[in-house]
Amino acid sequence: MIALIDYGMGNLGSVSNALRFIGCEFEITSAPDGLSSADGAILPGVGAFGDCMENLREYSLVEAIRDYVAADRPFLGICLGLQLLFGESEEMGTHAGLDIVPGRVVRFSHDRKIPQIGWNQIEKRQDCPQLEGVPDGSYVYFVHSYHVVPEDESVIATTTEYSYEFCSAIRRGNLFATQFHPEKSSETGLQILRNFVKVVEGQ
Amino acid sequence: MLAKRIIPCLDVKDGRVVKGVNYVDFRDAGDPVEQAAWYNGEGADELTLLDITASLEHRDTVLDIVRRTAEEIFIPFTVGGGIRTIEDIRDTTQAGADKVSIMTAAVEKPDLITEGAERFGSQCIVVAIDAKRVVGDEENLGPAPDEQIEWRVHTHGGTRQTEIDALEYARRAEELGAGELLVTSIDADGTKAGYDVELLRRISEHAGIPVIASGGAGTIEHLYEALDYGKADAVLAASIFHFRELTIRQCKEELAERGVPVRL
Repeated sequence: MIALIDYGMGNLGSVSNALRFIGCEFEITSAPDGLSSADGAILPGVGAFGDCMENLREYSLVEAIRDYVAADRPFLGICLGLQLLFGESEEMGTHAGLDIVPGRVVRFSHDRKIPQIGWNQIEKRQDCPQLEGVPDGSYVYFVHSYHVVPEDESVIATTTEYSYEFCSAIRRGNLFATQFHPEKSSETGLQILRNFVKVVEGQ
Repeated sequence: MLAKRIIPCLDVKDGRVVKGVNYVDFRDAGDPVEQAAWYNGEGADELTLLDITASLEHRDTVLDIVRRTAEEIFIPFTVGGGIRTIEDIRDTTQAGADKVSIMTAAVEKPDLITEGAERFGSQCIVVAIDAKRVVGDEENLGPAPDEQIEWRVHTHGGTRQTEIDALEYARRAEELGAGELLVTSIDADGTKAGYDVELLRRISEHAGIPVIASGGAGTIEHLYEALDYGKADAVLAASIFHFRELTIRQCKEELAERGVPVRL
């Protein structure tokens, strides 16, 4: 069973709809126990970084997520669900993150429009099962003002260009997280979700 | 590279599409969900559904359409028309909309923009600006960089003029927390003679947030002008796609040939 983590930050409708559409069974959970018994976990996220961390603490999910990922169990972070994995973010002050992946979350430092809203292309930096059947140059949907900067570049799964090249997805073993929204990225996005389900089933 | 977006718009009244795709073999030509799915298959980058029902009693009908559409299409989905309160934003996003477009209520209660952005994120709040020229040529809407032109914001579906300057309002909406601006020229709307590219360019140059062009599209050239000279980030169109005068793919292929980055 895949756990869709609900920590009170916005609705999970889009992700739920997409999972249902590809025929994936999942359970929405806010409890640490729900996570520890899951075969796969999805961490979506909308809103501000600080608020999200606050909520994760309130729901006692911080340690649960750290333990889950430390055991290299299949994990998919989406948008803020990618950023939260990092050490700290500069969004509205400095906030500590889950610190699962060393690095920082920074605001776009250019004079292009912020947030980046729309379809942009991904270039793969590593071959991963989560991106099977997704060719270089595929378009996916982004909405964000901040992006991650991993300390260890080998975790970078894809990069994207918006004035400069930034890390648009990371992967470390069964940990995979995207800055873009697979649930809003049409066929490409659904393919990535199907790939994730396959990874979960293969465990 | 970030692609320019092409956004078909469905006008819905009493739960039925009124300006919708004609001449297509639908089981039920007035069903918004079926048309939304068709556009999704056509390569639309986003979908906007505009509820033009005058009364408030149809709110549930609209939410039901939003819910059923969100179950079928996996591209960004904006819903506008009759969004007046925080509760309306909540209900609409819970039903499955990614963004709401707010017009009259945003002019009357600008706090709604801020409160909406704080609760649901700026990315969720599209401020719709209906602008009409009050100074300058109302017929020729082509490039006129040196011309003295002024636009006033209109509300209530373009029927009521306010004293608000459209460019100033665009800046204000951004400051208040809008994530995107949907800019419609009342002078151009329905003419199919092209967007008001001067309006688009002046707003785009001053806005730090994306601008969606609306009103006046009749040809691919018009889309190109809005994206190129008008510097818009996205173009929204209704009639040209509905009547299948042009397909979205056709538009994208021609725009790509002319050097516009599009998702093909």
